[in-house]
Amino acid sequence: MSDVAEGVPGAGAEDGAKLVGIVLVSHSAAVAASVAELATGLAGGGATVPVAPAGGDGDGGLGTSSELVSAAAAAVDRGAGVAVLTDLGSAVLTVKALLAEGDELPPDTRLVDAPFVEGAVAAVVTASAGADLAAVEAAAADAYTYRKV
Amino acid sequence: MLDADFFRRWMAATAVSVERGAERLTALDSPIGDADHGSNLQRGFRAVVAVLEKEAPGTPGAVLTLAGRQLISTVGGASGPLYGTLLRRTGKALGDAAEVGEQDLAEALRTGVDAVMQLGGAAPGDKTMIDALVPAVAALGDSFAAARAAAEEGALATTPLRARKGRASYLGERSVGHQDPGAASSALLIAALTEAAGE
Repeated sequence: MSDVAEGVPGAGAEDGAKLVGIVLVSHSAAVAASVAELATGLAGGGATVPVAPAGGDGDGGLGTSSELVSAAAAAVDRGAGVAVLTDLGSAVLTVKALLAEGDELPPDTRLVDAPFVEGAVAAVVTASAGADLAAVEAAAADAYTYRKV
Repeated sequence: MLDADFFRRWMAATAVSVERGAERLTALDSPIGDADHGSNLQRGFRAVVAVLEKEAPGTPGAVLTLAGRQLISTVGGASGPLYGTLLRRTGKALGDAAEVGEQDLAEALRTGVDAVMQLGGAAPGDKTMIDALVPAVAALGDSFAAARAAAEEGALATTPLRARKGRASYLGERSVGHQDPGAASSALLIAALTEAAGE
């Protein structure tokens, strides 16, 4: 990706800022896609954050596809880092294994320890404000502290 | 000494055992898992055999790293990243030597098992593949046959345990009385070493 929008004289700070990408990994393609839609919808009309679902085993079944995860991360990488949120089990382990590979995910990709739905909303809203990867990660992780009763 | 051919035979023998044992692994995975362990590993090791034939890696380390990578990308369940990490880390620990000794393999496999424990956060006694692999690695210094016996014993010993990792852990006490499918498949992987060695 080229940085065409960066460093334009007189532009506002956020106009040229690269946004953090968000990848949502669920055992279910429908869950990943719906949570992406939900989080993007709740983020409102701010800057458009790149969000990509990576759900299911790639063959229409429940599971995790490392190829879908790698492709989603590449698709949302704008050079500001990629936050990956997962549901459980093989989704977590697959992302960790890909991170350990070193070259399967964009540089500055992080597995974010957060609840899937609430964390995704927090991550997308925070990223849409132009926050950096650490702030997006912190906001998503903070969703664990949101009590409902 | 063990060359790349030995490691290809190991993977091929594992694939055969997994084919033969797929129904049993899935049956073990039915009461306490999601009944896909046999079919997941079947798909994974078929893909491993295919990629090893296609790319013909020339060293023991390269065979295992490629096999591990293939498992991570084809399995789709937790066993993919777990077995994938096991083989990749073992392969990396073997380096690029054309031949390795049995002691080298024992040490490398220990590195691989440590990596799996770190990835999944499981310790011995949690009713996982670790319960077969840890005793197998300890016995591998003696012989492949001893490692095989230790792995099989370790797998059987998971039956009375209560699961503390993975999907089965949600079942609590109800996981007691079932052998762990991951420990059972790990025993197949270790047993395949004796077959690769022609023992």
